[in-house]
Amino acid sequence: MERFILKYFNLIRTIIAFLIGAFICVLIIFIYSKDPSNGLRYFFLGPFSSIGRLGNVIEMASPIILCGLAIAIPFQAEQFNIGAEGALFISAAVATGFGVSTNFPKFIHIPLMLLVAGGVGAFWGFIPGILKAKWKASELVITLMMNYVALYLSLYIINFHFRDKKAGFLVSYQLPKTAWFDQFIKNTRIHYGVLLTIVFIILVYILLYKTKLGYEIRMTGFNINFAKYGGINTFKIILITQIIGGFIAGIAGISEVMGIHRRFNWQGTPGYGWDGVVVAIIGRNHPILIAFASIFIAYLRVSGQVLNLLTDIPAEIVTVLESIIILLITAEAFLTQWKYRITVREAEKREVKIESAS
Amino acid sequence: MSPLLKSILSPSFGFAILRVMTPILFAAIGVAITALSGAINISMEGTMLIAAFFGVIVSAFTQNLLLSFIAGVLAGIGLACILAYFHLKLKADIILAAIALNMFSSGITIFLLYIFAKDKGTSSSLKSLVFPSIQIPIIKDIPILGQIFSGHNILTYLALISVIIFYIITFKTPLGLRIRAVGQNPDAASSVGVNVNKIRFYALVLSGIFGALGGLYLSMGYVSWFARDMTAGRGFIAIAASNLGAHLPFGVFLASLLFGILNTIAIYLASLQIPSEFIQMIPYIATVITLTIYSIQAARKRKER
Repeated sequence: MERFILKYFNLIRTIIAFLIGAFICVLIIFIYSKDPSNGLRYFFLGPFSSIGRLGNVIEMASPIILCGLAIAIPFQAEQFNIGAEGALFISAAVATGFGVSTNFPKFIHIPLMLLVAGGVGAFWGFIPGILKAKWKASELVITLMMNYVALYLSLYIINFHFRDKKAGFLVSYQLPKTAWFDQFIKNTRIHYGVLLTIVFIILVYILLYKTKLGYEIRMTGFNINFAKYGGINTFKIILITQIIGGFIAGIAGISEVMGIHRRFNWQGTPGYGWDGVVVAIIGRNHPILIAFASIFIAYLRVSGQVLNLLTDIPAEIVTVLESIIILLITAEAFLTQWKYRITVREAEKREVKIESAS
Repeated sequence: MSPLLKSILSPSFGFAILRVMTPILFAAIGVAITALSGAINISMEGTMLIAAFFGVIVSAFTQNLLLSFIAGVLAGIGLACILAYFHLKLKADIILAAIALNMFSSGITIFLLYIFAKDKGTSSSLKSLVFPSIQIPIIKDIPILGQIFSGHNILTYLALISVIIFYIITFKTPLGLRIRAVGQNPDAASSVGVNVNKIRFYALVLSGIFGALGGLYLSMGYVSWFARDMTAGRGFIAIAASNLGAHLPFGVFLASLLFGILNTIAIYLASLQIPSEFIQMIPYIATVITLTIYSIQAARKRKER
């Protein structure tokens, strides 16, 4: 048992964090709701109540996964990046502009859209990357600032160049059908962008764990001075992680536009970049764990929507739950005392065994 | 004269700048204090939000300004204490913990807003108070100056005074000296007997207080109600202002003033149907550029050594 705990300590810690968060939320529901049993049922099982809602979980998880990957790659090299939000926004705006003003057959148009979005995102990642690599400018503050530059620049692009004036509010023209990701499961909005997301999970996994570059990225994150003395070009690593991150964030935005809205209809940044930070933390920067974490977060969000619709409990309880989980997971010292005690006990046991054997 | 120029040259423009600047200045001072102690505090967004909320709720239920003031400040301190506990005691990364707290504040305020006001948008169904505006005796009679500087909310004046308070705390008190020492070299500070964690805790609490004042101004001065996510990124603007002003009192003041001016111009432009996006972008780009220049200078210094 003890050895099992030690082996899966991180997973157990995550689960305990979730249980504490869930306990607090259940408590709130019981205190507040007039019909707590119904509330609890929807809170935990809401997304299973129809195929459409289950589809919502998947389609919502997709951009969160991509943003999580976009953030995890710089995180793996110990580079902060909270700029996925901005990269996603500006890429989607530029690529939408490109999409509505060009005309190609589908099999050319879609890859071109993705390339434009990815390229803009990569450029957006290049700026904090080069400033950090060259002069150690805080990538955290720079990416934060660039989120706002991206916000206003995108709104300008859409508002003054590609705005559909027939619509009552600020949206772009609709993309031509050749630039759509088709939805392929009935009663849901699951689109081909979701499949693309799966491809990216695999690609990022291979990049991080099966290539030399990935090894260098992880070494840089592990100990940048050690990596430097070991002959790794950390300048290149810092730059390249931000560029790849920006590229993937760009894909995240345009994939959502092409698959679901079919036009740029955001008035403010949609928050997927922050969600990306969240899932990168919960998934400890591992692509496959990030996918699970994103599905989990999307599941909670859909639960929130169901709660909103069918009970007297506001959806924001889910945000509270999320924030408690993240707080507990980021707290490195949370439960380490416990782990320490188990480790000591385990070591003592082994010593006794060795002594009695001899 | 063009209508834009006309409105910019009117005294009401100057008045608006001070109004817009107030919450940013408070929050920027908060960010700057923690920055001096060596941490980036991105939880201002949450601090302001939660203080704005509790100020309104307490004022709606007690109809007492002093109590709502205390409630707002305590809420800000409370959030700072949670951040301090997780960061200093449980060793959480301060950025990630702050992101979690921002989410928490956004979620919990909307949740409670719905419970108290039966509305998820604003608290306008509750009757809450605002802090009084003040006419300054002699200045109010001077033609243009009076129109710009007199008649502001009391918190606006408090914000201006806070710059001086911030200066005094930082440069004239032992606490300020220790905060700067911990920020520049925690190991050296600790070797001469300074309790690093304790000083960082104080810095976080101070920043919580200033952030809370900014939040209170938003919901009980700038407007008279609480609206969901009403900080609208001002906590992040404050980080920009603090960085732009090199975390020093006068610099932070000038940077906040710049943000105030540009935001006010943007508001005027938007009302005239002129693209205001580029004006709104300027302060962020300016921050990126100044940060880069600071970093280049620091890199040169490292090389010389």
